[in-house]
Amino acid sequence: MQLTSDQVKKVAKLANLPLSEDEEEKYAGQLSVVLEYINQLNKVDTKGVEPTYNVSGNENALRSDEAESCLTQADALLNGSNITNGFFVTKGVFKEE
Amino acid sequence: MADIQSLTLTETMQALERKEFSEGELNLTYQKRIAKLNDKLNVYLDIQVTKTGIPAAIKDLISTKGIRTSAGSKIIENYKPPYNATVINKLIANGVSLIGKTNQDEFAMGSSGENSAYRVTKNPWDLTKVPGGSSSGSAAAVAADMCVFSLGTDTGGSIRQPASLCGVVGLKPSYGRVSRYGAIAMSSSLDQIGPITKSVEDAAKVLEWISGPDGYDSNCSNFKFQNNTPAARTNFKFQIDLKGLKVGIPKEYFGKGIDPGVEQVIKKAIKKLEELGAEIVEISLPHSEYALAVYYIIMPSEVSSNLARFDGIRYGLTRDKFGSEPKRRIMLGTYALSSGYYEAYFKKAAQVRTLIIQDFQKAFGKVDVIVGPVSPTVAWDLGKKTDDPLSMYLSDIYTVPASLAGLCGLSVPCGFSEGLPVGLHILGKQFDEATVFKVGYAYEQATQWHLKKPEIARSLEEGDNV
Repeated sequence: MQLTSDQVKKVAKLANLPLSEDEEEKYAGQLSVVLEYINQLNKVDTKGVEPTYNVSGNENALRSDEAESCLTQADALLNGSNITNGFFVTKGVFKEE
Repeated sequence: MADIQSLTLTETMQALERKEFSEGELNLTYQKRIAKLNDKLNVYLDIQVTKTGIPAAIKDLISTKGIRTSAGSKIIENYKPPYNATVINKLIANGVSLIGKTNQDEFAMGSSGENSAYRVTKNPWDLTKVPGGSSSGSAAAVAADMCVFSLGTDTGGSIRQPASLCGVVGLKPSYGRVSRYGAIAMSSSLDQIGPITKSVEDAAKVLEWISGPDGYDSNCSNFKFQNNTPAARTNFKFQIDLKGLKVGIPKEYFGKGIDPGVEQVIKKAIKKLEELGAEIVEISLPHSEYALAVYYIIMPSEVSSNLARFDGIRYGLTRDKFGSEPKRRIMLGTYALSSGYYEAYFKKAAQVRTLIIQDFQKAFGKVDVIVGPVSPTVAWDLGKKTDDPLSMYLSDIYTVPASLAGLCGLSVPCGFSEGLPVGLHILGKQFDEATVFKVGYAYEQATQWHLKKPEIARSLEEGDNV
């Protein structure tokens, strides 16, 4: 199956991934080849088969409800590129850009 | 006495105990080797000057407090984690020092090392060949004696495949055996941290150090791997026959797609297991041909979710700094999870995953371990597969099924084809590393392959030109 350039643009937007036009074209081709390969799964009869999402065998991993030490504010902010008054600065959420 | 750098972890610890050399001399030996060899092999992205402890190399995907952890990516080029991964704290508690962070495919995405955003790691056996990936530097560091042992991570083969291509021992522990806290997540239902070592015994020792419960990874099992049980002791010291043990050979793993030279080496290794007393049983894993297709839905889907955290706010740069492989996988995963495609791709893949697991369950009803090749070929030429993602993905065809099923898998050196190392793949039931180690150890003791070293790992005297 062949991905259209519009589909690639839409997926890139959903993934918040800025792509150049060259990249859009490259990925349209390469992803189509991979999806073609993946489509062989349609040959497998999976009627009534439960999906597997986790293989740890763990259920409801709990710990005792006790306070533990955590990162200090200074440590947590250490790698941020835009810090003001002890906070991360982000883009506005409700503003149109 | 043998050269310090050629000693295994176990031998190094014994020599330190007997005071044959000091921790200072040990660290200096490795520092000198790294200074001489790193520019040729591009094994390390960051080198630490250590003076005490047992020097280990750590894949750059694993967080080390205050030490740059870039995951082989430009997007977190200058990231210094404010905390250690659980495995790092556990190693430090056992007297290990961190001698450096090893090169890798960006965010552990690749099978050749060539997706590193920095430099390309070379295979110590032949500098024109790939070392495998994604734990490229971790495998090459052990092969070239540039550390005592290393840690890698394995999502679809990233410990076993480079270990095979570099001729060293590599273990992917069972899913849930080792805490992933502090390992930068790629595909959370598959990722595991594990050791790359100079011997099977070393791999068991490191697993004992790093396994066990951790409140910071809810998928981590409470069962610590015990290397000190009488059974394990017996395995490692005396018992080298495999009488009563059943070894399954999947008929699907031979024939189409495998390089004839590799096939020949693997068949010889299987013969050796038979000579050691094991019973060889042909088994069938009929859904294994779909494993790679399942993997290339589930893994990118989880990648697209995990890599959403790189938004340039709390750490790192903006998303345009991702390299092309992470971008490709984010795109693929986002597509597979997007409205209208979820049922057809993600759910379908999760169902086929169940069938793959059931194949293994049936097989393990009849056999104790499953044996085959790690990689269909030996190390290939640098640059050969970089423009063809699907052909690169196919390099993991034998390692991916066990990852989907959460099994443990070991790569043990078992010979050479075209002068390059071949690894024997030993798969065990989930949480049955003990049996996998027993088979690996018996094979290792009965052969000499693990003692072979690449030319570049030979002793270096001052002023030597390698």
